[in-house]
Amino acid sequence: MGKTFTIVLVAITVVSAAFFIFHGQLLWLPEDVSVHGPGIDHQLMETMVGTGILFLLGQLVLCVFVWQSSGRKEGWKPRTFPGGPKPMVISAILAVGLEILALSFVGSKVWAGMYMNTPDSQALHIDVQAGQFAFYFRYAGPDSKFGELHPEKINQADGNFFGLDPRNDVAARDDVVTATMAIPVDRPIQLTMHSQDVIHSFYVRELRIHQDIVPGLMIPLHFTANKTGRFEIACTQLCGLGHYEMRAFLEVMPQDKFDAWLKQQESQ
Amino acid sequence: MSEAAAHPAVHQHTAPTGFIRKYVFSVDHKVIGLQYYGLAIVAVVIGMALSWLMRLHLGWATLPIPGLEKLSPAGAPGNVMTPEYYLSLMTMHGTIMVFFVLTTAPFAGFGNYFLPIQVGAADMAFPRMNMMSFWVTFVAFLALMSAFFVPGGPPISGWTAYAPLSAVGQTSGPGEGWGQTMWAVSIAIFCVGQLLGSLNFIATTLDLRTRGMSLARLPLSTWAWFITSVIGLMAFAVLLPACILLILDRTAGTSFFLPSGLVFGDQMLPHSGGSPLLWQHLFWFFGHPEVYIAILPAIGIISHILPAFLRKPPLGPRVLVGCIASIGFLSYMVWGHHMFVSGMNPFSAILFSVPTLVITIPATIATLLWIGSVYGSRMQFTTAALFCLGFISVFTTGGLSGFFLAQPTIDTYLHATYFVVAHFHFVMAVAAIFGMFAGTYFWMPKMVGRMMNETLGKIHFWLTFVGVYCIFMPMHYIGLAGNVRRYAAFTDNFLVPLIPVHKFITIAALLTGAAQFLFLFNLIWTRFRGPKAADNPWGATSLEWSTTSPPPFDNFGGRQLVVHQEAYLYGVEGASADFIMQTSSETVEKP
Repeated sequence: MGKTFTIVLVAITVVSAAFFIFHGQLLWLPEDVSVHGPGIDHQLMETMVGTGILFLLGQLVLCVFVWQSSGRKEGWKPRTFPGGPKPMVISAILAVGLEILALSFVGSKVWAGMYMNTPDSQALHIDVQAGQFAFYFRYAGPDSKFGELHPEKINQADGNFFGLDPRNDVAARDDVVTATMAIPVDRPIQLTMHSQDVIHSFYVRELRIHQDIVPGLMIPLHFTANKTGRFEIACTQLCGLGHYEMRAFLEVMPQDKFDAWLKQQESQ
Repeated sequence: MSEAAAHPAVHQHTAPTGFIRKYVFSVDHKVIGLQYYGLAIVAVVIGMALSWLMRLHLGWATLPIPGLEKLSPAGAPGNVMTPEYYLSLMTMHGTIMVFFVLTTAPFAGFGNYFLPIQVGAADMAFPRMNMMSFWVTFVAFLALMSAFFVPGGPPISGWTAYAPLSAVGQTSGPGEGWGQTMWAVSIAIFCVGQLLGSLNFIATTLDLRTRGMSLARLPLSTWAWFITSVIGLMAFAVLLPACILLILDRTAGTSFFLPSGLVFGDQMLPHSGGSPLLWQHLFWFFGHPEVYIAILPAIGIISHILPAFLRKPPLGPRVLVGCIASIGFLSYMVWGHHMFVSGMNPFSAILFSVPTLVITIPATIATLLWIGSVYGSRMQFTTAALFCLGFISVFTTGGLSGFFLAQPTIDTYLHATYFVVAHFHFVMAVAAIFGMFAGTYFWMPKMVGRMMNETLGKIHFWLTFVGVYCIFMPMHYIGLAGNVRRYAAFTDNFLVPLIPVHKFITIAALLTGAAQFLFLFNLIWTRFRGPKAADNPWGATSLEWSTTSPPPFDNFGGRQLVVHQEAYLYGVEGASADFIMQTSSETVEKP
C-alpha cells in the first residue's frame, strides 16, 4: 500500500507541476499590456518558483518517507527525525519567513505604485458607471468638465445611464457616454468608478487591473496601457443573474486614432 | 497546572429509557455527536448533488438535465438550467457545505462524541444545553432547506451574500426575496447552536478532565477541538448580529449596508447612510476564522490518528499545539485578505497581507512535523492511515496556493478567478473532508462496535485521492488564465477555449462523487453487518480505547479513570508492548 501511495503521489506531483512549468507553452497567463504589469508578473513568477519548489519538496519527501516506511520488516525500532521538531521550526521560520519578507517588501512597492501614488496630471480622466448588467463610460467632452451625477434621473430607456441633467447642468451637455472604453496607448488613464445598484467589479486581465465598484463610493483607479489592441473588461463580482454576461471592451489605440474616435463620439 | 481534583462522574443520572430519550431528545454527548454526524451526511449528499448539477451546467451549458424542470419549473424550463438557477444552486451548495458539513462533522460531530471521553469525563459539562445546540442546528438546517420551497426560490448571492445584492430584497434579482431572508434566518439560528456548542467544549475541557489528565496529556484532537471552540465563540458572535442587521435592512427599512442613490429598474430606493463594505468586514471577520474552524479539527484528528498507525509518537506534539493555537490567534487578523480589491483603503491591504503570510509559518511547521513523523516509522497502511497521508498531501497543495492569494499584487490578478476556487476547495472540500474520512474509519469501530470494511475503504481512498486532484488541480490553471468564478456559463472570448478543461473537471467530479457511494454503502454495511469490534482494535493509547465499543451511556461504566501517561506512547523502548495506554501505570526505565 505504501509503495502504491508513493507511486500515485509522485505521478500526481509530476503531472501537476508539468502543467505549471510549461505554462508559457500552454498559455495560461495572457500577455501583459500595462506599465505596472511587469511588477505583478514578476511577483507571480517569484511566488510560482518558491511555492513550486516547496510543492515538489513537500510531496516528494513525504513519498520517500512513506516508501521507506513500507519497506521495513517486523521488529523495526521506530526512529525519531534527527534533531526532533527543532529543525522543522527553524527551517519553517527561516525559509518561509525570509520568503515572506522578500515578497512583502517587493510586493508593497508594486502595490504602492498602483494605488498609493498621485495620478499623472496629464492623465485622461474617464468616468465609469456599472449597473445590472452593463458598464458605461463617460468622457468630459470639449469643456473638460464632467457634469454632476443625479441617481434619481437615471433612465435606461432614454439612455441616461449616468443620471445626467443636461437641461440644468451646462457641464453635462457635452459629456460623451459610450458603451466601449477607448483609450490612447502610452497615456496615463485615471478612472473614477461608481455603481448604481450592487457591487460590480472591473477586471481587465491583460492590464492586470482589478477593482470592485461599490455603490456609495467613488473609486479611483489609474493605469497606463503600453500596447494597442482590443481587450475584454469582465465583471467579476457576483451581481445577479446577468453577471456572467456583464462585460465591455477596452480599445487601446494610437493617440491620433483615439482623437478621431472621440471626435466622432462627440458629434453623435 | 494542577491536576483536576478527584470528583465523581458528572451528572450521575441513570441510563435513559425509551426510544425518544435514547435516540431523539438525548442528553448523551455520544448520541448528540452521532446526530450531528448524521446531519452532516445528509447535508453533504445534498451539497454534492448540487455540485454535480453545477458542474454539468458548466461543462455543457445548454444540456437538458432530466427531471430538473420538475424540481424547479421556473429555474429550469425545458430541463435547461437558467443562469439564476445556477447561481441559486451555487449559493446553497456553498452554504450547506461550509456550515452544515464542515463546521458540523469534524467539530460538532466527532468533537461531541470524543472530547468528553478523551478527557475522561462522563458527559459534557452541560448535557441539556448540548442537546439544545443540536436541535437548534437542526432547525437552522430546516430553515435553510425551506429556501428551496419559498416563492422565488433560493438566494443567488453566494454563500457570502454581499450587500446590496443581498440586502435590498426582491428587486435585485430572483431568489432575493423570501429565499435570501430564510438564508439569513437559518444562519443566525446556526450561530446560536454553535455558540452553545462552543461553551460546552470549553467548559468540559477546562473543568471535567479526570484525575491525572493534565493539559499536557490531552490528545491533539482534544486540543484542536478546544482551540476551535474558542475561535468559534468570537466568530459566530459577530456573524449573528451581522445576519440580524441584514434581515433588518431587508424587512425593516434600515440602511446598515445600503447607501443612498441605489437605483433598480430606474427607481431610486429610499435607503441612505449605510455601507456595503460594512457587511464584508462583519462577514469576513467571521468568515476567515470560520475556515480555520473547518480545518483545525481535521488537523487535530489526523494528528491524533497518524501516530497509532506509525506506531511511534508524533514529532513535536507540544509544538503542534502551539501551531494550532497560533493559527487560531492569527486567524482574527487576516480577514481583509478577502477584500484586497474591495474598495477599502489600499494601505489596509498591506496590513492584512502580512499576518496572512505569517500564518503560513505555523502551517508549514505543522506540515513538516507530520512529514517528519513518518520518517523512521514502520507504518500500518489502514484506510484511516491512508487518509491521514492524503491529508498531508492535499493540505500542502491547498496551503501553497494560499501563498499567491495572500499577496495583494498577485490577488489583483487572481481575485474572483478559479484559482481561488481551487485553493479553498483543496483546503476545505478536500483536506477537511479527508480528516472526516480518517476519523470515520478510525472511530467507527468505537462508535458502533463494528469494524468497517477495509477493502471498500481502500478503494474509496484511491478513487477519491486521485479524483480530487483531477477535479481541483486544473482549476489553478484556468484561474491563471483569468477564468472568472461564479459565472453561470462561459460566453466570453477568452473563456470559450477553457470549456474543454471544465468538461474534464466535470467528468472527474462525477466519477469522484460516485466513488463516495462506496463510503456511504460501507457505513450502512458496517452498522448492520460489520464484524464486531474489540475495545481497542488499533492498539491505540487514548482514553476512548479504555472503554467498550461502543461505550456505555456514562462512558466508563461508573469508573473514574486515572491517567498516568501522555497521549502518544507508541514504540517506547523497553515497554512491555509497542504502546502504553494513558491509563497504564507502567513505568519504563530509560536505556
